[in-house]
Amino acid sequence: MKYLAAAILLSGLLSGTASAQLAGEPFIHDPSTLGYSDGKYYTFGTGRGGLVSQDGWTWHAGGERPGGGVAPDIIKIGDRYYVAYAVGGGGMNGGHASNVKVMWTKSLDPKSPDFGYHDVGVVASSNGTEDCDAIDPAFLYADGRLWLSYGTYFGYIRMVELDPKTGQRVAGNEPVDVAIDMEATALLYRDGWYYLLGTHGTCCDGPNSSYNIRVGRSRNPTGPFTDHMGVPLLKGGGKLVIAGRGRTFGPGHFGLVDLGNDMQKFSMHYESDMDRAGRSVLAIEPLLWKDGWPVGGENVKAGTYEIQSERSGGALELDVDFVRIDFDFRRAFGPPPPGPLTPLPDQTLAQDMAVWPSGQIKVDLGDYMIRPHQKWTITPVAEAGGYMGSPYYKIIIAGTDRALAANADGEVVTAPTFSGAPEQLWRIDQLTDGTYRITPKGAKEPLALVAVGASTVSLTKFDPASDAGRWTFKAP
Amino acid sequence: MLRTGLRMLPMLGACLAVPAFSADTPAATAQGLSPFFEPAGPTPKAPDADGFLQRWLLLEPILKPNRSNAGFTGTYVRAALTQEYFPGQFKVVPRDGDKTKGKDPLQWHALDAKLFDVKLFNFAQGLGKPTYGVIFWAVTIVNSPREMENVRLAVGSNSASMWWVNGKEAAGLFGDRRMVMDDVVSRPLTLHKGKNIIRGAVINGPGLSDFCVRFLDADGQPIRDVTLSTK
Repeated sequence: MKYLAAAILLSGLLSGTASAQLAGEPFIHDPSTLGYSDGKYYTFGTGRGGLVSQDGWTWHAGGERPGGGVAPDIIKIGDRYYVAYAVGGGGMNGGHASNVKVMWTKSLDPKSPDFGYHDVGVVASSNGTEDCDAIDPAFLYADGRLWLSYGTYFGYIRMVELDPKTGQRVAGNEPVDVAIDMEATALLYRDGWYYLLGTHGTCCDGPNSSYNIRVGRSRNPTGPFTDHMGVPLLKGGGKLVIAGRGRTFGPGHFGLVDLGNDMQKFSMHYESDMDRAGRSVLAIEPLLWKDGWPVGGENVKAGTYEIQSERSGGALELDVDFVRIDFDFRRAFGPPPPGPLTPLPDQTLAQDMAVWPSGQIKVDLGDYMIRPHQKWTITPVAEAGGYMGSPYYKIIIAGTDRALAANADGEVVTAPTFSGAPEQLWRIDQLTDGTYRITPKGAKEPLALVAVGASTVSLTKFDPASDAGRWTFKAP
Repeated sequence: MLRTGLRMLPMLGACLAVPAFSADTPAATAQGLSPFFEPAGPTPKAPDADGFLQRWLLLEPILKPNRSNAGFTGTYVRAALTQEYFPGQFKVVPRDGDKTKGKDPLQWHALDAKLFDVKLFNFAQGLGKPTYGVIFWAVTIVNSPREMENVRLAVGSNSASMWWVNGKEAAGLFGDRRMVMDDVVSRPLTLHKGKNIIRGAVINGPGLSDFCVRFLDADGQPIRDVTLSTK
């Protein structure tokens, strides 16, 4: 957690400190889509074993995946978790002969009585000389049909259909070429579109890896897939979803995490996390959709912001008396004064605070007047843990310790000091349209900060069909 | 994950005297060149529907050991591809079957690619030649019915490459490239009425190798009213 502590120490000085790195020991390469089993999240990577997490934020080594090989994927259909993985290929020593195998288990938890893998067998292969290397399998279950993409830069990405009841290849199904110059593919289905994602660039060289995730789409699961410019993925096309940023390099191996309520995230690895000695790590970040295309989002960065309601455009603020900035309104209409113009100072925190009561202060929404009681400093709290892909945050009035809090009545207020209690910790999730949902930690039901009126906020159930519970963070 | 040990390693080939990659020289496939090529026909060939140039004289691969493509900087590639490997490299338009002069003569093959891209790896594999750590040379003649100004050469290659139009450098693709159509596009240039000589050189360490080339007009649309020949 040193990196997070450092982020907090710096947050008072720096705006924009990254806060997306997961806690624990999230070391993995080629992670599968996350699987949720027996109250825990699992992901498996190249080699045996994988990572396990109780909350999606703190990850430790765990899980069991027999079979070895590379780059597995997981999908749950009915009561079965199907796991696909590849043995052979990958170009080691020039070899491209490989088999994609499938097995299933009813639990991913080795302690569960339902745990136990059953081999389905080989569902796709490459012979070593054909233009395909059958590794990096990825599942998609859509409209009752199970699809599997696979392949690397060595030739074509291919698609086959499996039987969702058995995991076996559908009888008579032949592979279809769907892309070139891509690997680590993943599949999505949304609004009648099939999306084929995969990496461009180079893997496996730490901070010199140029891996980046690209996407094309088609109305048909077997293509043709094209990107936003109309370039076929069979001719090297692919719209960027996410590239390296900050101190993390080389994203690859996309896996959808659909949390519902218009909230999607995706798992992946970064080839290199410079804050973790350049090792390959698991990452989970928000997924946005813009004009029908998936785009990588980002957790809110530590910093000071106006918190603006998507409903009314009002700024979240302390419900306190307005303090004027000393100004003679006639100056706005008169002729220019002689001599150089003198800048006016901002209203100071002390000037604004002079009228604040002590104790709890309610919050409401008002026209943004660039006043101290409207500026919020948002900081991840290291010791508070986190949830799927994000830490918990504290939200305080900038320059003070006054903290946004849920009170005993289920209303939102500010407390005079930040205590670190759950009611003062906030979960901030980026939604698929790029706005954010703000919810208190430990809420018994999915309460969120909602503009129940144009100027009134409360904690109530989030409605994904409304803008009332959506917020944006603006530079103050 | 492309688990190429070769790709992961720093580029050693550039600074070590590495013997020819005999271990990377595959036996010719039973199908030879047929999956992706056919002999160039006797009559000039039009580009495909998207304007891609599919007729080329391809030289059997020149050994240039590189254990990784990560070192294909502009400086390295320019030095590697402007070095003379055979007489007349930048001047002569070879004929099908010609062989380069020297200790290890290499043969030119006049071929029509069956796909939009020219699959160099499969060309070498089909001939039983080295596929990794190599340089490929390609030459074609573009016959233009008139002078065409403000056209651009659009290239994608795996891995790095350089391209010349009528003897002038037109495009350079550096770094560990994947082949993407229209990846690098030249500055506007002029195709003369009649013959225009296009030369290209592609360098590759491990992994597949191919290229795709077409000309685009000032509106970015593919040029199709030209023909291709090899003599």
